[in-house]
Amino acid sequence: MEWEAVIGLEIHAQLATRSKIFSGASTAYGAEPNTQACAIDLGLPGVLPVLNEAAVRMAVKFGLAIGAEVARRSVFARKNYFYPDLPKGYQISQYELPIVRAGRVTIQLDDGAEKEIGVTRAHLEEDAGKSLHEDFHGMTGIDLNRAGTPLLEIVSEPDLRSPREAVAYARKIHTLVRYLEICDGNMQEGSFRIDANVSVRPRGESAFGTRTEIKNLNSFRFLERALAYEIERQIEVLESGGSVVQETRLYDPDRNETRPMRTKEEANDYRYFPDPDLLPLVLDEAWIEQVRAELPELPDARRARFMAEHGLPAYDATVITAAREVADYYEAVVAAVGGEAKLCANWVMGELAGALNRDGIEITASPVGPEALAGLLRRILDGTVSGRAAKEVFEAMWAGEGDADAVIEARGLRQISDAGAIERLIDEVLAAHPEQLAQYRAGKEKLFGFFVGQVMKASKGKANPRQVNELLRRRLDAEG
Amino acid sequence: MHERTIAELAHGLRAGEYTSVELVEALLRRIEDLDGRLNSFITVTAEQALAQARAADQRLRRGGGGPLTGVPIAHKDIFCTDGVRTSCASRMLAGFVAPYDATVVERLKAAGAVMLGKTNMDEFAMGSSNETSWYGPVRNPWDTGRVPGGSSGGSAAAVAARLVPGATGTDTGGSIRQPAALTGITGLKPTYGRVSRWGMIAFASSLDQGGPMARTAEDVALLLGAMAGFDPRDSTSVDRPVPDYAQALVRPIRGLRVGLPREYFGEGLDPAVRAAVEDAVRVLESQGAEVREIGLPNTPLAVPAYYVVAPAEASSNLARYDGVRYGYRCEDPKDLEDLYMRTRGEGFGAEVKRRILIGTYTLSAGYYDAYYLKAQKVRRLIRDDFARAFEQVDVIAGPTSPTTAFRLGERLDDPVTMYLSDVYTIAVNLAGLPAISIPVGFAAGLPVGMQLIGNYFEEGLLLNVAHQYQLATDWHRAVPPGFE
Repeated sequence: MEWEAVIGLEIHAQLATRSKIFSGASTAYGAEPNTQACAIDLGLPGVLPVLNEAAVRMAVKFGLAIGAEVARRSVFARKNYFYPDLPKGYQISQYELPIVRAGRVTIQLDDGAEKEIGVTRAHLEEDAGKSLHEDFHGMTGIDLNRAGTPLLEIVSEPDLRSPREAVAYARKIHTLVRYLEICDGNMQEGSFRIDANVSVRPRGESAFGTRTEIKNLNSFRFLERALAYEIERQIEVLESGGSVVQETRLYDPDRNETRPMRTKEEANDYRYFPDPDLLPLVLDEAWIEQVRAELPELPDARRARFMAEHGLPAYDATVITAAREVADYYEAVVAAVGGEAKLCANWVMGELAGALNRDGIEITASPVGPEALAGLLRRILDGTVSGRAAKEVFEAMWAGEGDADAVIEARGLRQISDAGAIERLIDEVLAAHPEQLAQYRAGKEKLFGFFVGQVMKASKGKANPRQVNELLRRRLDAEG
Repeated sequence: MHERTIAELAHGLRAGEYTSVELVEALLRRIEDLDGRLNSFITVTAEQALAQARAADQRLRRGGGGPLTGVPIAHKDIFCTDGVRTSCASRMLAGFVAPYDATVVERLKAAGAVMLGKTNMDEFAMGSSNETSWYGPVRNPWDTGRVPGGSSGGSAAAVAARLVPGATGTDTGGSIRQPAALTGITGLKPTYGRVSRWGMIAFASSLDQGGPMARTAEDVALLLGAMAGFDPRDSTSVDRPVPDYAQALVRPIRGLRVGLPREYFGEGLDPAVRAAVEDAVRVLESQGAEVREIGLPNTPLAVPAYYVVAPAEASSNLARYDGVRYGYRCEDPKDLEDLYMRTRGEGFGAEVKRRILIGTYTLSAGYYDAYYLKAQKVRRLIRDDFARAFEQVDVIAGPTSPTTAFRLGERLDDPVTMYLSDVYTIAVNLAGLPAISIPVGFAAGLPVGMQLIGNYFEEGLLLNVAHQYQLATDWHRAVPPGFE
């Protein structure tokens, strides 16, 4: 039987506000435990929450960016459960009436096709603290610095059909929240966490199978591998006559498998009800329009513009617009070069991306800035250096040896574009290989490449290859 | 000095007849001598009080300060006080000292009032008799074999016994008005949102409202003026100017339309209470008020709706008391579940547990619509009842409580009867309206209270009517025997 996976994601994006969602305490990451938890975050008696307007603004930005309905009236509710890192014994969240409803994003599939994925809702809520089980000798430490940090929980429709699609969607949301500057997207620090709901069904079947939920995936690679594993596992269970148990599972990246989380036998009843400490959140039209006016150019629009105006292929445009900083860098290079978008894109996606990746540097901290890279590209375009030599120039610039012109001079990488000099090299090469020359003349035209290579070698790679080709062709054809 | 009202004390302090320190010392002595009979205080803060009194005296000597400067008051032990333990009369908050003042405390402090201590109450304000306190029951100064009412029973008893001229209380279902009625004092429950709830330990957040308790409407007006006002730390507080309540007291009430809800004078009302309230209404009539009968047809739904909403919110509000961060923690917990079970099992009293259980049940999946949601609809009906009534009348008058003070222990094993004793006060909380209870006579030697209910933010009118009534009567001057 052929199986089809059905996947929906719940993404928790930590909003990049300076203070918490219901208190004035700082949200900065990495402070000493419990130094960024005020009386409200600690759930002391008598304290009350006051909603952070910046968090609301960020949620609305997201809603507008995905073409969603932004609720004019939304309601905060209490989700009640006991846990030591949940100070009040309830989490303030949104339940029946979230701030963002029904939106959609478009993802690019591997075959280049596009697919629209529904976003069911996105709601505001507060994060819990952290339970620390190590270093406490059989006890548990509680750090409440994270308690009250604003989260936007983004829930997709079960529209995803493969781990690749799930990754494309998650990346899309990741790109979007960073474009909007509402989340730093840092997955290591937990600023962007993914829960995946997955089930399988026979292809063609319209009813859903029983799903499992894989919690807390903190990289796109783990998302893909966890889903691939879980889909295989569910198919095996079903094919061997068993049935999938609805449960929450954790992914173990070391063993590349998912395992059921130890849970209570009875299902949790969170006893949601509207939080009486907070009034319904009412947004007026003018305020929403003001937020809309602040939206930056979104990745889809930018991608379309790079294709239409710069003539970039779809693949290049997708890669370059995936992160706002990369697109900004690319645009700065194009502007400085004054066109030649494809060459600029190749270098940003190729040499630059490779070097950043290799050295683990953010593009905004690149030792070769967009102006400097443009300086090198101009030397390729005016024939001063060959493409191959340019890579060496780039590495030297990366290592801090100066700008393109300085490196070219210092390393003597200027390309030989003097026709007379190249013709002399051609003479030498032909003289040195009479046998090959004879064969070529006898019709073995493949040897043309051999002669080009020999001339380039004789020039120590500095000859302008286009000129070598031209002059060599003219010489051989003339004599033929 | 203890016989004087806040308004009189303010005058005497300003005139230099006595100092705040002398006043505070006299009342501290009185508390020491007499409170053994009442148990109205949980904590007495003598040293801080004297320090505050000295500061007040300095200000007064320089001709500064306001009407409350140097005036002693007490706070219900539900208001957090910076550096002074706050117990909510529960074992659960053993040893808890808040690092902040409640807004109410902060404002009264800023107005120069001197805190003598924290008053006893029903545990977490859950009760109508002040018998559920971990610190023992409070006794009614009119008959120490009887309850003072609750939950603000300590504040009521202390004011009635002249241990302190004024105190704060909180009212979720009648917790200011009913004890005021049962001890013969004046107590006001403001409009929901008029007084900040910041630092006031939550029982049922959508119903809780802090308010003043004193012997006269004039004193209540002075205290409310200091307590009320917008507070950005409480999202449910209302941004609306605070009128000069004291100034509004003197208007004549000629032409005032007074409504008597027929539902408040029916079955279950003690005939002696009824007679006293009817006499009081006649006094208002003699002052020019026009009295008419009105209907509040959804009144019978108020108690059941309240006992869904209040426990539901309480079950969630009290979840934070888990023994993890502060307050009571059981000995040697074996694991997390044991910590939770024993801490909460040992830390909470029976009435609190009963309400947590009721609330947990009514919020549960499958029951939510039938209970919580339906109760919210009932709230709407009750609000509509009042809205219609206020199209015809300016204030609504009736008994505060169906009976006078009952005996200690009498209703402890009969929670439903206890709950029903709040039948006239609860609807006001469900609607969020302001209401005041004033003493209007005695039945068999025990005080009777009359409740006046006003439209939203009509505290000024309620105080005006109460003051005019008190100009014509002297029930509010009656002193419990043995506390002269």
